[in-house]
Amino acid sequence: MVTKIVIVGGGSAGTITANLLARNLYKNITSGKVIINLITDSPDHIYQPGYLYVVFDKARPEEITRKQKDLLDPHINLFIDPAVNIDRDNRVVVTKSGREFDYDYLVVATGSRIVPEDVPGLQEGSYWFYDMQSAIRLREALMNFNGGKIMISMGIPHKCPVAPLELTFMLYDFFKQKDMLNKVQLHYTYPINSVHVLEPVSNWAVREFERKGIKYDTFFNMEEIDPVKNVISSMEGDKFGYDMLITIPPHKGAQVIEDSGMGKNGWVPTDKKRLFNANYENVYVIGDTTDIPISKAGSTAHFQADVVAERLTSIISEGNTSIEYDGKVVCFLESGFDEATYIWFNYNTPPNPSPPSRMLHWMKLGYNRLYWLTARGIL
Amino acid sequence: MDDFSIDKVVDTRGSLCPGPIMALIEAVKLADINTVIEFFFEDEQSVKDASLWINKVGNQLLVNETVDGYFRIVVKKVK
Repeated sequence: MVTKIVIVGGGSAGTITANLLARNLYKNITSGKVIINLITDSPDHIYQPGYLYVVFDKARPEEITRKQKDLLDPHINLFIDPAVNIDRDNRVVVTKSGREFDYDYLVVATGSRIVPEDVPGLQEGSYWFYDMQSAIRLREALMNFNGGKIMISMGIPHKCPVAPLELTFMLYDFFKQKDMLNKVQLHYTYPINSVHVLEPVSNWAVREFERKGIKYDTFFNMEEIDPVKNVISSMEGDKFGYDMLITIPPHKGAQVIEDSGMGKNGWVPTDKKRLFNANYENVYVIGDTTDIPISKAGSTAHFQADVVAERLTSIISEGNTSIEYDGKVVCFLESGFDEATYIWFNYNTPPNPSPPSRMLHWMKLGYNRLYWLTARGIL
Repeated sequence: MDDFSIDKVVDTRGSLCPGPIMALIEAVKLADINTVIEFFFEDEQSVKDASLWINKVGNQLLVNETVDGYFRIVVKKVK
């Protein structure tokens, strides 16, 4: 009897899981007892934290892009064919081309997407950097910016919760290098009544904002943008003018999740420790796709992929498992062009940011290169 | 006994990041007008922050109480 594993999604979560499973189950695969099929919608795999560096001309697009087929263990079958329906009761995934993939175990790693269209005026009035084209567009706008007020705002939910702070601190250093700090006012807004969801990070960031003269406002949830008058309005009733608006648009999960009735807004109900879908213990959900109240970040995807690969390996090889996810997340946080800090936390341990240092910045730059080993399931 | 029916429940206990208030704002933003949402928090500061935001935006705080060591609030979206 052949055990079929289908992984939907070729981002960090899906790719790492597939490669770890291929290594763990190598003998089963080569003897024909296990088949791993990975279904994804793009031939390219992008290291998404790299977009921030593209914005500031510190990485070229090709440096943060690899072919998906080059990252995968050759024992994994890759299909570039977007999933359009997931039928959990009949254990089958249907793709855009009409192909059907039946499975014994499914890993749903379909990720998230930005939905700027959900905020009126955002598409016309704002820059962002959560895809390659937009990151390049923002880079060019910053190169040509002659001075004025730059607003930084974000939607809920959004992935990579440290990105807004990183962007702001890097903007500060960008204009400092150009001797333009006297011509530029940075104005950061945040949806809750602090500047970051993690209190220790927020306390540190406020001190940095005040030291650097960066204006900030809290309880600001984008409601509407007037791209003609250059005004952004919030649900809370505040309005601010701007010369350049940079946002992180709100996110949703993949359309296939909603189309398959697996979860509202594309987020799938997921057991926070065992990582399977409620009522379907053969369906694992990882990365941005889960509804677990935890950061949507590459690091989360990475540690969850480790857990799911170990769980599946144990279940297939030995019939049971005790491996669980403890909520671990690790993030570097660039505090400018030259220094970075670092946080880790889990379900029970709050973060405690280290003092920013050049060493941590270099480690972050090093990890940007080492990521390809993570994707391959080596690091 | 409550004289309204709950449309949605959001349990933020154990949420460090993105955190309880982010979860509350997201749930209220995505809800339809007149939706009643019940939230559970594990710390008092979150309740204070939640009340502040609900009043600032102009929605209705129907319940604010302590249950078995946790905090329960119920919000009706009217704006």
